[in-house]
Amino acid sequence: MLVMVNGTERTLSDGTTVQELVQSLGAPVDGRGVAVALSGEVVPRSRWPETELFAQAHVEVLIAIQGG
Amino acid sequence: MRSVSDAFQIAGRRFTSRLILGTGGFTNHEILSRALAAAEAELCTVALRRLDPQARGSIIDVLDRAGVEVLPNTAGCYTARDAVITARLAREAFSTDWIKLEVIGDDRTLLPDAVELVAAAEALVDEGFVVLPYTTDDPVLARRLEDVGCAAVMPLGSPIGSGMGICNPYNLSIITERAGVPVVLDAGVGTASDAALALELGCDAVLCATAISRAHDPVAMARSIKLAVEAGALAARAGRIPRRRYSQASTPQEGMPVFDVPGART
Repeated sequence: MLVMVNGTERTLSDGTTVQELVQSLGAPVDGRGVAVALSGEVVPRSRWPETELFAQAHVEVLIAIQGG
Repeated sequence: MRSVSDAFQIAGRRFTSRLILGTGGFTNHEILSRALAAAEAELCTVALRRLDPQARGSIIDVLDRAGVEVLPNTAGCYTARDAVITARLAREAFSTDWIKLEVIGDDRTLLPDAVELVAAAEALVDEGFVVLPYTTDDPVLARRLEDVGCAAVMPLGSPIGSGMGICNPYNLSIITERAGVPVVLDAGVGTASDAALALELGCDAVLCATAISRAHDPVAMARSIKLAVEAGALAARAGRIPRRRYSQASTPQEGMPVFDVPGART
């Protein structure tokens, strides 16, 4: 299925979870400093393992950077 | 007017350091670490951006090692909606209800959008956030932000990164005299004296990024601004003399000898 990840179209296997996507991007395993929005809604870290992505979903995977 | 002492509180959290460090602009994590140590800050800002799989090293690790608390921001947001979503994401990412709320209205000046700012602040307060809004130096807007429940107000001295110092000390004084919540000068500091002036004008603290991170020697400037903030707080407590247009001799006039007497040699 095609999913928009951080503005780029990616092909992911059906049933890929938020947790799997975050790990595939090389984010810290404990998820500290990382946040995920799925179609504009926050996905709490506790729900990453059970939240499956879907075709045409827009996912934003964000991480802490210097700023402010 | 609020009293200025060695410590101050935001939302019941006590801070000894009156310098909040913005982490933007440091060329690498090593310099940031050393600047954090020199600034002796207890709180510093971070932002959220799209994860870059190529990026190396985590800012969170740097901040953990320094023992500072994280104040996430909503930098780059132009609408209340985006700022609210970003704040919710920050709460997840950093496990904190604290948010430095920025809602920008113009990309050239990066000045806050007052209408969107108040709307976002109100929504976030309703969701239980401790909201620290970046605002203009408009005393009425500061009061509106306080009225909707912000835990502090953070007026600018001048635009972000401009280094122009405090362009309207009168407005800033009005804000500090009338605010019922802490006032943190956010944006505009160019060098140490600007930070000292902020405290002298009654601010509780200063948030500073660019003046330190883009200084020729960021670590030295971090220490300089830390000392300036302490000096300013002390000066504010000590109480400055009133300004007057003419001089006032500090040496008494009484007891002056007279030399112009008969027989005196010229």
